[in-house]
Amino acid sequence: MRAVITVIGRDMVGILARVSTECANANANVIEVTQSVLQEFFAMVMLIDISSLNMELEQLKINLQEKCPDMTIHVMHENIFNSMHRI
Amino acid sequence: MLNMKDIMETITMIQEDNLDIRTITMGISLLDCASDNIDVAIRKIYDKILFKGENLVKTGEEIEKKYGIPIVNKRISVTPVSMVFAASGGDPVKYAEILDKAAKEVGVNFIGGYSSLVHKGFSKGDIELINSIPLALSTTDYVCSSVNIGSTKSGINMDAVKIMGRIIKKTAEMTKEKQCIGAAKLVVFCNAPEDNPFMAGAFHGPGEPDCVINVGVSGPGVVRAALSKLPKDAPIDLVSEVIKKTAFKITRMGQLVGVEASEKLGVPFGIIDLSLAPTPKVGDSVAHILEEIGLETAGGPGTTAALALLNDAVKKGGVMASSNVGGLSGAFIPVTEDQGMIDAARKGVLTIEKLEAMTAVCSVGLDMIVIPEDTKEETISAIIADEAAIGMVNSKTTAVRVIPAIGIKEGEELNFGGLLGQGPVMKVNKSSPEIMIKRGGRIPAPIQSLKN
Repeated sequence: MRAVITVIGRDMVGILARVSTECANANANVIEVTQSVLQEFFAMVMLIDISSLNMELEQLKINLQEKCPDMTIHVMHENIFNSMHRI
Repeated sequence: MLNMKDIMETITMIQEDNLDIRTITMGISLLDCASDNIDVAIRKIYDKILFKGENLVKTGEEIEKKYGIPIVNKRISVTPVSMVFAASGGDPVKYAEILDKAAKEVGVNFIGGYSSLVHKGFSKGDIELINSIPLALSTTDYVCSSVNIGSTKSGINMDAVKIMGRIIKKTAEMTKEKQCIGAAKLVVFCNAPEDNPFMAGAFHGPGEPDCVINVGVSGPGVVRAALSKLPKDAPIDLVSEVIKKTAFKITRMGQLVGVEASEKLGVPFGIIDLSLAPTPKVGDSVAHILEEIGLETAGGPGTTAALALLNDAVKKGGVMASSNVGGLSGAFIPVTEDQGMIDAARKGVLTIEKLEAMTAVCSVGLDMIVIPEDTKEETISAIIADEAAIGMVNSKTTAVRVIPAIGIKEGEELNFGGLLGQGPVMKVNKSSPEIMIKRGGRIPAPIQSLKN
């Protein structure tokens, strides 16, 4: 089971570090990270393995939002993207 | 591997364009709740709804969190109450009260099925139940009612049409302290679908399984946003293509949620209703899609053609995305629930006559239309008959949900709040249909060949 974390907002130091620390705390293995910075605008997509997660997915989202309060964060199960964009 | 563009597209749809699952509706059969004693029947109804529906809201919320997609409504539809009432008797309003109580206990926001199917005639209990609708809807909060008065196979029951004009008016009068909201919870159908998940017309048809999950998707904002990226001189075929692709994506999400809800609840998955259901929120309007296609205002010339294209493309895109499609499936045009429609009605561009034409090519019918206080019962009946005739002849579902604005002056507006929205009083043609309506009887079923 995998989930997708997206983080969008103004670029600043340490976003990736904060997000990956929270993932580690939740026992989620980071599989892949893509990020782009356009001027000050930062967008990161992170694919994580949630099969041995030690908390609810919702809790991970809450923790991430606490650590990056100014960013827009979504944590969504990967199935929604697969079903929407693949036949 | 997922690519960033697809991921960002999904997130934009949800965050910016108001994409959501409009409703997960659990259909529950009450046929096994019938008894020769009303008290026993009522207890059985309450117990069954609580037993089947206790995890519905919780499951919906879990899915919302897992996929990050809002599921706006969790609802229940039940077997038309007239069937249980015919067997168990007593005071019909008691059935409405128990449905209301069960809905509140389970945590859903509407329960549909205070209904009667009388398209060919009345069976025992039908008239009594229909006559109790005004009281039932004014003494309950969550109960929705519907009456099927016609079908392509059986024609239109004009006796029922006559009665429903009076019932709609009385329901509005009895809830005039609450913006006449009773009438907003009452739908008169022709060709009512048995698996519709949308309120106020949802009921659990007698041909359905004991318990089933139906899902209604929504996303007018997403379609509008996709169309806004097209150049203004792009040919209309391209418009249809864009709508189809968008509808496919929206419906796939509905399918995912429906299947997951059905697995979690241990209840079979019924259908997806391929719909574009607007809300009064800015950016969630079907009228704005029509305007994006190229109309100055919804309701002006070109509206019927644009709506026909939209409705057809939504179905074509959605059908492939889902294993089972049903319900009302198509674009909804409820006036008070759609910001673009509200504006067009205020300007006087959108009229009841134009809406009637629009219902010939889209889902449902004259929906959420505020009509003047002095509209006669016979006129309401005649509006129902016209709308039912469109449904009957074209083999499609049509419905009437009009709200007589009791105590409201012309130029003022009714405001229901929430998803039901608000809207101005619309003009109704005053020419009298009294003699025709008073005839009663039944309009024979139409011929199905020699189509012209």
